[in-house]
Amino acid sequence: MSALFVLIGISILVAGSFLAAFLWSVSNGQFDDDYTPSIRMLFDDNPKKKTSTPPSSKNNTNQ
Amino acid sequence: MTNTRSISVNCFHCGDVCNDISILAADHHFCCQGCKQVYLLLNENNLCNYYDLDKTPGLKARGNFVSGRFGYLDDEATMLKLIQFQSDEQINVTFSVPQMHCSSCIYLLENLHRIEPGVKQSQVNFQQKEVFVIFDPRETSLRKVVELLAFIGYEPYISLKDAVTKKAPAFNRRQIYKIGVAGFCFSNIMMLSFPEYFSSGNIEEPGLKTAFTWINVALSVPVLFFSASAIFISAWKGLRQHLLNIDAPIALAIMVTFVRSYYEIISGHGAGYLDSGTGIVFFMLIGRWFQNKTYDSFSFDRDYRSYFPLGVSVIEGKIEKNIPVTQLQRSDRIIIRHEEMVPADAILMKGTANIDYSFVSGENAPVEKQKGELIYAGGKQMGSAIELEIIKEVSRSYITQLWNNDIFKGNKNEDRSYIHPWSKYFTIVLLSIAVGTLIFWSFFDPSKILPAVTAVLIVACPCSLLLSATFTYGNMLRIFGRNKLFLKNAAVIEGLAKINTIIFDKTGTITHTNAAVISYEGIPLTGDELAIIKTVAQQSAHPLSKIIAASMPASPEKLLTLTQFKEYTGKGLEAVVGDIPVKMGSANFIQADHEFVTHDTGTSVHVVLGKKHAGKFIVQNQYRQGITEMVHNLKQDGNELFVLSGDNDSEHANLKKIFGINTTINFNQSPQQKLDFIKKLQLDGKQVLMIGDGLNDAGALMQSQVGFSVSENSARFSPASDAILDGSRVLLLDKFISYAKAGKKIVTASFILSILYNIVGLSFAIQGILSPMIAAILMPASSISIVLFVSLLSSYTAKQKGL
Repeated sequence: MSALFVLIGISILVAGSFLAAFLWSVSNGQFDDDYTPSIRMLFDDNPKKKTSTPPSSKNNTNQ
Repeated sequence: MTNTRSISVNCFHCGDVCNDISILAADHHFCCQGCKQVYLLLNENNLCNYYDLDKTPGLKARGNFVSGRFGYLDDEATMLKLIQFQSDEQINVTFSVPQMHCSSCIYLLENLHRIEPGVKQSQVNFQQKEVFVIFDPRETSLRKVVELLAFIGYEPYISLKDAVTKKAPAFNRRQIYKIGVAGFCFSNIMMLSFPEYFSSGNIEEPGLKTAFTWINVALSVPVLFFSASAIFISAWKGLRQHLLNIDAPIALAIMVTFVRSYYEIISGHGAGYLDSGTGIVFFMLIGRWFQNKTYDSFSFDRDYRSYFPLGVSVIEGKIEKNIPVTQLQRSDRIIIRHEEMVPADAILMKGTANIDYSFVSGENAPVEKQKGELIYAGGKQMGSAIELEIIKEVSRSYITQLWNNDIFKGNKNEDRSYIHPWSKYFTIVLLSIAVGTLIFWSFFDPSKILPAVTAVLIVACPCSLLLSATFTYGNMLRIFGRNKLFLKNAAVIEGLAKINTIIFDKTGTITHTNAAVISYEGIPLTGDELAIIKTVAQQSAHPLSKIIAASMPASPEKLLTLTQFKEYTGKGLEAVVGDIPVKMGSANFIQADHEFVTHDTGTSVHVVLGKKHAGKFIVQNQYRQGITEMVHNLKQDGNELFVLSGDNDSEHANLKKIFGINTTINFNQSPQQKLDFIKKLQLDGKQVLMIGDGLNDAGALMQSQVGFSVSENSARFSPASDAILDGSRVLLLDKFISYAKAGKKIVTASFILSILYNIVGLSFAIQGILSPMIAAILMPASSISIVLFVSLLSSYTAKQKGL
């Protein structure tokens, strides 16, 4: 039956490591916002195609 | 002439109906130049994905901004209050952007750097409605970033309040740690207790049994001292104030469970109830977390300061300077430009004021003021810049005094506890059962006193009582929110369930604020004449002119030139188009014939073309469709209805038609009269729901048992309200109320269910035969089944009611 002691030790160790992972992810801010990241990953990265726009035109945006 | 709204072209940007189909860009129609400008800006920066993610995601552009509106953001002191981090290379700042509503919003706000290269990074937190921006102060400025956000329709919500006290992070990570630890310990203890249950306490290997129990003890320690600490602290605080709050029996139950378990384990009597004990803590923490999430999700505690501009232009000598409003003093000279708000009571010194008090009174016709007249805080100037002299400081002005009314001092619906009134008796009943058990066993079998009494305290956990209200109301708040009714907290649902009297404020709540029915009486107009009238009306910023201009068909092929234009504020317009003199305005202004002046319903604008009086436009409020049906339903449910309007009685006949002959409809009501009217009803024992808008309703909203603020734009609402209701959903009111009533019944039903659980548990406990296994099954089973019961039932009821 001593094998059970080892197994229980291991099981608590494994469960403990999951707890540690959970605590770390909370402190890392992964649960602060559980909505935006799921949307963010869907956006395409389409790079700026028009680079010819002179930077000065940006100032006209806020009249 | 008929309403031209029948041509149904929707704005590509904001989805509004286009009245003018001549505004085109890249084959898309726009309702106004503002929306088109925003589109062009996004198109130029290749951000048109914005329009692919959601249909017409844009927010109606409010037109061009007056320079200087955000001028106060250049002020070093104001800036320091808003920004979180500053160095030479970067500035970090978080803006609250309540307008964000869809994935397109996230897309656009996170791509700010493509429009403004000075922005290094922008990150959205959708649930908090915040955007975190890092920008380079060498390339751009705080003011420019805010102006950009405002231009694309996401004007950040910046208030003095935020500036005065920076808010703490809303997310409480410590609470999550506690739940994690409790969950870990609970599940492991549960697992290690199984052998005990299956073998009925006789594990063959003695070493194994000891090992299991002692591992359990070790696992239970962090739950008792770390996870459960908040419950003990809250119970202790209550006791110190001589209050037996709901946390007291929970704390007692946890304490008794752990102490008895430790005693049993140390003395070698048994395995204890550590699994139930940690289970209670775990479920309680989850319930609390859920409660916090739903109960505190809306910050309603805005005061008058949230409504006023932060900065104002002051003239010192000849120099114009931007200062924060708080520094404004008596006899300061200020400049108020078009669409700017007067921050404090002041006297008009220069220019003609055309003050729009709609924010204060809900009236949408501007009031003309002459030099030397008093202008109250909260009014908005429409037209050219005016110069004012401050006579009262911001905090002493008319509006702010309304706030200082006594009714704003207390917090209604707040002190009311979220738990059912029955819970008050829970502690008392529980303690009397425990005492009864003690007395009973002291006569029959004194050896059973301790196990029976402790078992009573362990098993009779009020957590299912607590969880039922929390989860029912939490789920209901979510469902209300989905229907664009945002309640301040769950206590409002209980208030709403008791309502039997409903008061409507006419302005804005049952009428469309942006739409009006316009009709024409008089000599039929030709196409050319319509074009002339449109051209003239377009020149004016007066709401009536705008409505008339918007109702005309567009005639882009004909460009008409005005040779003369003059606006007589509050009276009318005079212009010359081509060679035709045009006059538009009130009957007095054009000196109309008597036959036209008589039987005016609604507001009339008379038109004189050339020398002849052509006719008049009649502008009438447009009532929301389906209002009659809703009124009928509300009455059928036994509610008494009233209408209190600040307007004149021109709509009396129409309102009577909608509300029926027996409904009291009062016109020309001042804010104080509305408040007194509600007080009188309350003295008669009525439970009053007030539905209003405008800042002037604040007193009435506060006085009523439940106050709804109807808003077309959820960023603007009256702070005294218990709920914000989106203007488009006003007609669901009858459903909202009956759902709130149903919710109360669900809570009551779940209470009965949890009491049944308690009876079963107690019947074991008082006999002194509560085994750890029964406790371990009963506790989680009751908690989980009750949560499931209320969640499913409240969702099902919502579906039934069509919400």
